[in-house]
Amino acid sequence: MKYQVNKKGYYGEFGGAFIPEMMHPNIEELQQKYMEIIGSYNFRQDFIHLLKHYVGRPSPLYPAQRLSEKYGTNIYLKREDLNHTGSHKINNTIGQILLAKALGKKRIIAETGAGQHGVATATVCALMGMKCIVYMGTLDVQRQAPNVKKMKMLGAEVVPAISGNQTLKDATNEAMRDWINNPVDTHYIIGSVVGPHPFPDMVTQFQAVVSEEIKMQLDEHIGREFPTRVIACVGGGSNAAGAFYHFLENEEVELIGVEAAGKGIDTQETAATLTLGKVGVLHSAKSMLMQTDDGQIIEPYSISAGLDYPGIGPLHSHLFKTGRAKYLWATDEEVFEAALELTQLEGIIPALESAHALAALKKIKMKPDDVTVVNLSGRGDKDMETYLDHFGY
Amino acid sequence: MMKNRINQLFQDKKENILSVYFTAGYPQVNDTVQIIKTLEKNGVDLIEIGMPFSDPVADGPVIQNSSTVALKNGMSIKQLFEQLKSIRQTVNIPLILMGYLNPVIQFGLEAFCKKCQEVGIDGLILPDLPVSVYQEEYKELFEQYGLHNILLITPQTSDARIQEIDEASGGFIYMVSSSSTTGAKDKVSDFHEDYFNRVNQLKLNNPRLIGFGISNQETFENACKYASGAIIGSAFVKALEQDKTLEEKISAFVNRIVKPV
Repeated sequence: MKYQVNKKGYYGEFGGAFIPEMMHPNIEELQQKYMEIIGSYNFRQDFIHLLKHYVGRPSPLYPAQRLSEKYGTNIYLKREDLNHTGSHKINNTIGQILLAKALGKKRIIAETGAGQHGVATATVCALMGMKCIVYMGTLDVQRQAPNVKKMKMLGAEVVPAISGNQTLKDATNEAMRDWINNPVDTHYIIGSVVGPHPFPDMVTQFQAVVSEEIKMQLDEHIGREFPTRVIACVGGGSNAAGAFYHFLENEEVELIGVEAAGKGIDTQETAATLTLGKVGVLHSAKSMLMQTDDGQIIEPYSISAGLDYPGIGPLHSHLFKTGRAKYLWATDEEVFEAALELTQLEGIIPALESAHALAALKKIKMKPDDVTVVNLSGRGDKDMETYLDHFGY
Repeated sequence: MMKNRINQLFQDKKENILSVYFTAGYPQVNDTVQIIKTLEKNGVDLIEIGMPFSDPVADGPVIQNSSTVALKNGMSIKQLFEQLKSIRQTVNIPLILMGYLNPVIQFGLEAFCKKCQEVGIDGLILPDLPVSVYQEEYKELFEQYGLHNILLITPQTSDARIQEIDEASGGFIYMVSSSSTTGAKDKVSDFHEDYFNRVNQLKLNNPRLIGFGISNQETFENACKYASGAIIGSAFVKALEQDKTLEEKISAFVNRIVKPV
């Protein structure tokens, strides 16, 4: 159990709950109750029911024939892109909305960057008849107009975050400020494995269904549960946490996370936190952070709004530090190339985020007998404009 | 060893203590020393010097904005210590540094505490340093360098936790008037009288100052009924926005809060 969170909320030296006292009641309540609630029979029943009949799980584990041929190996795609709302984000929001209900909360807040987590949150709030407020950086509101409209149609209020650089980090700040100002009736559905304990562990638990299914599905395909390696993109790191989870203790399985290098790790416009960051505290957790020597947080950059975050979940910092997982990076250019490759070989248009994981296929050595699972965390619909601009169709 | 100036203040003055917060580096990067001197000259009892951070989650729009401007002006902890180098040659009232943990960690915790002692800082307020982590990892160092750690309590803080915080605190306890970010517009009638009375009945070791939502004479005086005094932050930072000299802005502001004797 080397990679599980400890009682104080740490993965090795990373994690914890560096919260202002104003957030203490909400966090303490979660810390005390989350294990019991999400482990309870009723919760499991509801969670499994909704994942199956509402989200459409299990998502397929697809043996990508032509992609495999091209790389001379065996590549499987975990099709999180086929979930309701188009990505893995819904696994977490289903879990957290059930948790919020169990805690008797009436009001839901969330942050969003590209809008995927915002839409997934607005969706489950509609499903449960809960009030929903989504914080989104003003710049992202402009860049992701279709998702903003989707959230509004789902009944959510979208509040532009006007502080800082007006992107995901600032939306997260605003959501935390909302929670401070609403200490009793509100639950904050954080979208990734970040934030104070117990969020990193809780979100990991909800996303762990991804690797649970991979094991069963691999067994069907090849007669064993363990692949040679699993590859997933990493921003905050929730899809990777879910795809890695059930393989963490089996050190035979190689785990590879792929960060967004943006225009390159030697430029200012990048989001490769583990590659470039230092230990620090942001959004109430100790983890690796992109920051100046003075400890001010650096605004990251990536073509993919979902990986555009200056921090990373504490689990990943721990896996990085211990060497249990390897973290590579892919530039915007490499990502476009990988996205087009998948589109034209397999007829699947991936999200820009997921295309980072695909881009890693060119950066690793794979043997003919290897079995590589790539977590295809989301679909490319939301990125069509970016793709069309880039490729000039 | 010299007695901590915060303890001295609370020993000498039992009521109507006025503590003022400002963000270092705002409005201009080199205003720090003049703001401190002018506040002291105008009768302020205690000063909280804000160390700006890029992501101040516990702060409302006014202090967020002052932090952004201060950082754009080039403010840093290193520079702040440089500015404060000779502050104790002229200023006698207690000085507290307030800010978020990350810049302090990057400066180096021990180096930070050492610098604080050198320039004559009496206490620290780090809102994202929870009491449990403080006790385990920070307390020894703070005490070694004669720094009080001032912790916050809110209307939602349980009696048991208030006692725990009281045990860990030094100097005074920062009693947040209502659970909110800084600069919230609280009306006098919204003051949590029950909460203040509950805290007063706990017979704590440390005196209390009330903060958040104190912006004028009325709210200040009302807060002073329930504690040794009160803290003003956002309202003062806002007053610094005006287009007048620092001297004029500060004396006008303090005189609006405290009735001239």
